[in-house]
Amino acid sequence: MINAILIAAAVLGGMGVLFGLILTFADKKFAVPVDERVTRVREAVSGANCGACGYPGCDGYAEAVVKGEAPINLCTPGGQKTLDAFSEIMGQSAELADPVVARVLCQGEHEVVKTRYEYAGMQSCHTAASLAGGPTMCQWGCVGLGDCVRVCAFDAISIVNGIVNIDEEKCTACGMCVAECPRSVIKLLPKSAKITVRCQNAAPPKEAKDACEKACLGCKRCEKACQFDAIHVTNGVASIDPEKCTMCGECAKVCPTKCIEQLA
Amino acid sequence: MEFTLTNFLLFMVNCILTNNFIFSRYLGCCPFLGVSSKVETAAGMGIAVTFVMGIASLFTYMVYHYILVPLGLEYLITISFILVIAALVQFVEMFMKKGMPALYNALGIYLPLITTNCAVLGAAILNIDNQYNMLWSVLNGVFGALGFLLAIVLMAGVRERLETSNIPKSFKGFPISLIIAGLMSVAFLGFAGLGGM
Repeated sequence: MINAILIAAAVLGGMGVLFGLILTFADKKFAVPVDERVTRVREAVSGANCGACGYPGCDGYAEAVVKGEAPINLCTPGGQKTLDAFSEIMGQSAELADPVVARVLCQGEHEVVKTRYEYAGMQSCHTAASLAGGPTMCQWGCVGLGDCVRVCAFDAISIVNGIVNIDEEKCTACGMCVAECPRSVIKLLPKSAKITVRCQNAAPPKEAKDACEKACLGCKRCEKACQFDAIHVTNGVASIDPEKCTMCGECAKVCPTKCIEQLA
Repeated sequence: MEFTLTNFLLFMVNCILTNNFIFSRYLGCCPFLGVSSKVETAAGMGIAVTFVMGIASLFTYMVYHYILVPLGLEYLITISFILVIAALVQFVEMFMKKGMPALYNALGIYLPLITTNCAVLGAAILNIDNQYNMLWSVLNGVFGALGFLLAIVLMAGVRERLETSNIPKSFKGFPISLIIAGLMSVAFLGFAGLGGM
């Protein structure tokens, strides 16, 4: 009895060892020389596989950089540190692109926006948003069930009082949440743009007002207040041209619903 | 079974059409659905499977008849075959990385999947069950895999067309692929009895 077990174990073990040896040998024999810069570049990138650079994963980007096909400043999550490492490895210098950050274009907190129905289904924004226009009266606003929280690799997003809140310190502008949000509430905007219209409600004024206290009504007061021709109402929503905006804050002052926000 | 031209041709038809691995044995469905979005990669996958299945049939035959049978360890057939196939696929992967980098890049993550491709293990075990000798075993592996190649390339051709066709929303993507696989399987049912083995 014990013999049978021992023989079986020995045969399987023996075969395992034999194959192991063959594979070890083959590994040496068929070794493909990898450009050592690829390994070093790969170590320098963020490793989040977020796709902000436009390549399939960090490996793809690392290879493209070493081949000279990609500029070295595309890894936004890695920031200055990665760029420095890249410049050293590749022997070229580049400026980081104007730092962007993910901003939430909605202020529809629980007490501000009207509820359409009590949602008690699966905790997913995609599901809730597709159900009879979503749980809140605003069809443009944050659903607040945290699909973006789940895709964020940097733990920068949380849900506060029914809407998304992004920690700008932690945000690396990888764009995962932007792609995930079913309502495109999150946008990548320049960090320097301190004034944002935090609403995308394109409904007619009355409907917008009924849905949410902080909705943009498209009243054009901001347009008149702006001396630099930087803010315009198109399709019922105000939007700011960051090139022209001087951050004077006049539009935020005149906005009747306070949907334009001036950050400190 | 004697090796004659008639037998050989019958066996070929039998393996490729009548007892097609995908459509009548339902083995190897994972790569069949996973790698069939482009004809090129599908053909690459099919060729890789053909290669692995032919060699795997040979090696598993030898392992069974020269190691397991003499020692009376026939009950170890499954685990030892899995071991042989896994090692073989690793080997093929290394070989391809060196010799055929283009194909290696095209197959990407799917190559290691052949390790757990049930069609390969299925072919090896069918060889033993049907008591084929070494030659028929290898032929069974190669022709069986050619049947797989045929199936996956056909499927990829259909799926390339699907990309541009107007499909109801609820059927988009995987559901329609499964329906097509079912329809193709029904079509292959028409070959039943052909080859007479």
